[in-house]
Amino acid sequence: MVSGPLTDRTAIVGIGQTKFGKGVPESELELACMAISAALDDCGIAPSEVDGLASYTMEQNREVDVARSVGLGDITWFSQIGFGGGAGCGVVGQAAMAIVTGQAEIVVAWRARKRAAATSRPWAQIERRVGEQFQWSRPFGLLRPVDEIAMLTRRYMHEYGATRDHLANVAIAARKHANRNPAATMYEKPLTRDDYMNARWISEPLCLFDNCLETDGALAVVITSAARARDLPHPPAYVHAFAQSIPTQHQTMTNYFNDDPLRGPAWVCADKLWATSELRPDDIAVAQLYDAFSPLIILSLEGYGFCKRGEGGPFTDDGAIELGGRLPVNTSGAGMSEAYVHGFNLITEGVRQVRGTSTAQVEGAGNCLVTSGEGVPTSALILRK
Amino acid sequence: MPEFLLPLLEGDEASPFWQGCARGELLVQACEACGRRRMPPRPMCPYCRSTRRRFEPTSGRGTIWSFVVPHPPLLPAYSELAPYNVIVVALDEDPTIRFVGNLVAAPDADINSVDPATIEIGAPVEVVFQPVGDATFPRWVLR
Repeated sequence: MVSGPLTDRTAIVGIGQTKFGKGVPESELELACMAISAALDDCGIAPSEVDGLASYTMEQNREVDVARSVGLGDITWFSQIGFGGGAGCGVVGQAAMAIVTGQAEIVVAWRARKRAAATSRPWAQIERRVGEQFQWSRPFGLLRPVDEIAMLTRRYMHEYGATRDHLANVAIAARKHANRNPAATMYEKPLTRDDYMNARWISEPLCLFDNCLETDGALAVVITSAARARDLPHPPAYVHAFAQSIPTQHQTMTNYFNDDPLRGPAWVCADKLWATSELRPDDIAVAQLYDAFSPLIILSLEGYGFCKRGEGGPFTDDGAIELGGRLPVNTSGAGMSEAYVHGFNLITEGVRQVRGTSTAQVEGAGNCLVTSGEGVPTSALILRK
Repeated sequence: MPEFLLPLLEGDEASPFWQGCARGELLVQACEACGRRRMPPRPMCPYCRSTRRRFEPTSGRGTIWSFVVPHPPLLPAYSELAPYNVIVVALDEDPTIRFVGNLVAAPDADINSVDPATIEIGAPVEVVFQPVGDATFPRWVLR
């Protein structure tokens, strides 16, 4: 129970997003600009005041192009974070660090992506000759992220007795929340347990509904100091705590080569996060847990300390991760049922929960845990009122 | 021959591993200073920081640590054979040294030659070698 130099010193004050879809006509740059523009309008800050930019190394839009298009001011700090879906919370957390250290006053963080087309998926663009870590898996037909995570999932199910019903709990919870969210891709599409059990395999033991969506879209947030945040239109979502992690001997995605492959980056990230937070897992009202694949939710529930190792599956029983349950998870529908934009929509939904404006609002939620990708170098945030 | 993805046979940190496969040997990188093995290969020993390194033979025997059965959409060469299996094997002499590969019904059989319903974690396997393009891949058979 300690505070650190970052504790509640900054806040997310503006959020913005485009529509989510497949084959949208706008370019990734146009989508980024639209989301950033919406986030600035949301908090009433002029583009000329923005002096910091943060995004993912996988973001294709360059800072200069974004800044020139949106009409941003002089930029004095900019940064990118690696490892795809692990970056999101790190982008916001490092922006908070830049503000606290005086390198910037108003930071825009964003992610824009068009990956709905099958040809746009990274695994479909592999060169025939593979080196580095990929040579140990891809020649053998372990080609896609889903194959890589399915390998860990099978081992996890073997060690701890988790079942497909537990994975279905995750998919169904996300879908129920998406069915309340008009912005969600799956807003009008319910998902039953039968639908889940009868779905086609993608990589056994994972089926279609264990996978996130493929989405075109963009999201952005505006981060500034707590002092400035208090004068803006919406209740601030304070950055209460922030952490990143690369565990010792970790290999991203195909983490099969160390002593304990199922103890992923979430555990180290959680240790750091709780060590700099005044809150404990039991204090968390609602969580947005990165969900490129359903088993990542179960691993994250364990890693972030909501249950013991091996208990993440049963934790999801009896609606525990649905609205009204013990810990509502992914209340917008998240990557599996709202949109998959490298987890940035988890951050904006965390802000909505703290503001009290989610379409699956947890009554009186004073805080929200948001995490980025498990299974890759990762990051997490605790936002609070 | 389907267009499988291929490793770099020369000029990569791991090229000696693939050259070993061509000779019918399953090699692992080891530190010449402290003797400890590491997988995947890398230029510096994480235990003693020596950059002196070699590849040395393993038993080629292990157990199945986990497995998956991919279904399309996949790259075309793999899609033709799907559903096939991909396994992770933990070496008998050091279970933290692991290799990704495929279980095959016989040394010259395809990666879809084993009924996935019969694959079990913990099953004992041994390495065999198959030519693929200009490379030689380790595959695994039950023992």
